[in-house]
Amino acid sequence: MTVTELLSYEAALAEYDPVMGLEVHVELGTRTKMFCGCSTELGAEPNSQTCPTCLGLPGSLPVVNAIGVESAIKIGLALHCEIAEWCRFARKNYFYPDMPKNFQTSQYDEPIAFNGYLDVQLEDGEVFRVEIERAHMEEDTGKSLHVGGATGRIHGASHSLLDYNRAGIPLIEIVTKPIEGAGERAPEVAKAYVAELRELIRALGVSDARMDKGQMRCDVNLSLRPHGTEKFGTRSETKNVNSLRSVERAARFEIQRHAAVLSSGGSIVQETRHFHEDDGSTTSGRIKDNAEDYRYFPEPDLVPVAPARAWVEELRATLPEPPRVRRNRLREEWGVSELDMQSILNAGAVEAIVATIEAGADAASARKWWMGELARNANEQGVSLEELAITPADVARVSALVAAGDLNDKLARQVIEGVLAGEGTPDEVVEKRGLKVVSDDGALGAAVEEAIAGNAAIADKIRGGKVAAVGALVGAVMKATRGQADAAKVKDLILEKLGVSEG
Amino acid sequence: MPGITREEVAHLARLARLELKGEELDHFAGQLDDIIGAVARVSEVADQDVPPTSHPLPLTNVMRADEVRPSLTPEQALSGAPAQEQQRFKVPQILGED
Repeated sequence: MTVTELLSYEAALAEYDPVMGLEVHVELGTRTKMFCGCSTELGAEPNSQTCPTCLGLPGSLPVVNAIGVESAIKIGLALHCEIAEWCRFARKNYFYPDMPKNFQTSQYDEPIAFNGYLDVQLEDGEVFRVEIERAHMEEDTGKSLHVGGATGRIHGASHSLLDYNRAGIPLIEIVTKPIEGAGERAPEVAKAYVAELRELIRALGVSDARMDKGQMRCDVNLSLRPHGTEKFGTRSETKNVNSLRSVERAARFEIQRHAAVLSSGGSIVQETRHFHEDDGSTTSGRIKDNAEDYRYFPEPDLVPVAPARAWVEELRATLPEPPRVRRNRLREEWGVSELDMQSILNAGAVEAIVATIEAGADAASARKWWMGELARNANEQGVSLEELAITPADVARVSALVAAGDLNDKLARQVIEGVLAGEGTPDEVVEKRGLKVVSDDGALGAAVEEAIAGNAAIADKIRGGKVAAVGALVGAVMKATRGQADAAKVKDLILEKLGVSEG
Repeated sequence: MPGITREEVAHLARLARLELKGEELDHFAGQLDDIIGAVARVSEVADQDVPPTSHPLPLTNVMRADEVRPSLTPEQALSGAPAQEQQRFKVPQILGED
C-alpha cells in the first residue's frame, strides 16, 4: 500500500477550483419490487423474496410498480423538474454477480424527470442552488457476502455468496448538474445537499432514506481545474459514501488528493474510488467503463411510461412544504436562533418537537425537554429520539403538569425517568411514585409550623428583618416534604406566619 | 459504410465475456460488417417522418398495483444454482489478489 499524497486543503483551493457532481440513489419504500410483486421487507431470510422476474429467469416478464412511478414523479416535482411526457426504460448491460439478469433495468436518455434544482442552506444561513440534471427510475442489485478474505472484503476472497432479496427493489437515481462556484465550501455544499435531499424524500413519504441502512447512498464525482479556466478536469467517482459526514470528508479528501497529483505534474485517472469510513480516505477502484460499453438499449419487455398531465398536476398539488422553508418557518414560530435550530436539526429533534407542540405543549418547554433530558438519555442509550420509550403526547402531558403547578422541574424529570423506564404514562408515574407538588395550604401549614418551631433562632432573625434567612426554613420544609412542596408557596407561607413582608 | 475492425470485435467480446481466437475475430468482423450493413439499409428507407420504433404495440402505462405476490421459496430459487452455500448463490472469486 502506498500512502496517498495530499496537498493541504488551503493550498489546494489557492490553486484550483473544484467542480462536483453528486449522484444519489434512493431506495423507495414501496411494499413490492419495481418490476415484480416480491416483498421488499428488510431482514427476511436469504433468497426468500425472489421470483422468476427478479432472478432473470427465461420467459419471465416485468411489469412496473405504479407507486414506483408515482414516487419518481413526486421526487421530480419536488426538485422543480420537468416531468417527461413519454419515456422508456433501458437495459444497462454488464456482468456482475449482484445482477442476476446481467443487465440492470434503468433509464438512459429518457429520464422521467429532468432540469430541476434544489436550494440548500449552509450552516451560516447562506443559500446555495444545486441544479438537478435528472432523476430516473431503476432497480437495486443483490447483496454479496465475500468469503475467505479479511473482514468480508472482496479483495482476497475465495468466493462470494449472493442474496437476491434486494435485487429489483425500486431505486430513484438523482443526478446533479456540475456544481460550480462553491469554491472552498464545496464539501459543505455536498453535505448540505444530501441532507436537504434526505429531508425532502422523507417529507414526501416515499422512503425513510436511512443512510445507515443503505436506503440512501451517494456517489461523489469531483474534479479540479486551475482558477480562471473553464474546462473541467478529469474526475474521480467515489462510490457509496453513506453518511452526511462522509460525503463532506470524501469531497475534501479528493480535493486534496487531486491537487497533489496535479500540482506535481501528474494527471488524474478517471476511475471509481472506494471511501474508507475509518480514516476518511479513498482508494482506487476500477477503471470506469464508457457509457457505450454498457450497450444501453430500450427495454423491449416494458412499455413506455407516459404520465398524463392531469395526474402530474394532481401529484404536484400533494407536495409538502419544502423542508428548508418549513424549517425557517418553525424557527421563527419557536423563536430560536439559527444556531439553536441547527442543534435541533443535528439532534434529529424537529419532528418530536413539532408533535409535542401539536399535543398541546408550548414551544419553549417542548424544546427544553427534547433537547435536554431526552437528548441526553437518547445519547446515553445510543438510540434516536424516536426510539425512546416516550411519546410526544407524554412530553406534552408532563409540560402541562408543570404549567399547572402540579409538578416542578425536579419532579418532572422524575416523571420522565419513570416513563422511559416503562412505568406507564406520566399520570400513572405521578400516581405510582407519589410525585405531586404539595401546594395545599393545610398540608404545608403543618410543615411550616414545625419548621418555625424547630428553628426558633432563625425565625427570630427573620422577624427582626433578616428576610434572607428564610431560605433555611424553606429548606427545612422541602426536606420534610421530600422535595414535593412548591418552594415559592412555602416561602410565602413562612413570611406570612412570621408577619414579615419581602422587600 | 464503417467497417467493423478486429479491435472492435475483440472489445465487444471482452464486454460479453467471450473468449475468441484470432481467426474468430476476423471471421466475426466480416459477419458483423454484413449484419450492420443490412440494418443500415433500413435507415435509407426510413425518412425523418418515421420515428424509431422500440415497441410494436401502441401501448403505454401498463402498471401494477403495489401489492405483494408470493415469492419462490429459497429452495425453489436456488434449485437451478450450480453451487450454493448458506442459502445463497455461490459464485467464483470476483476480484483477484491485488
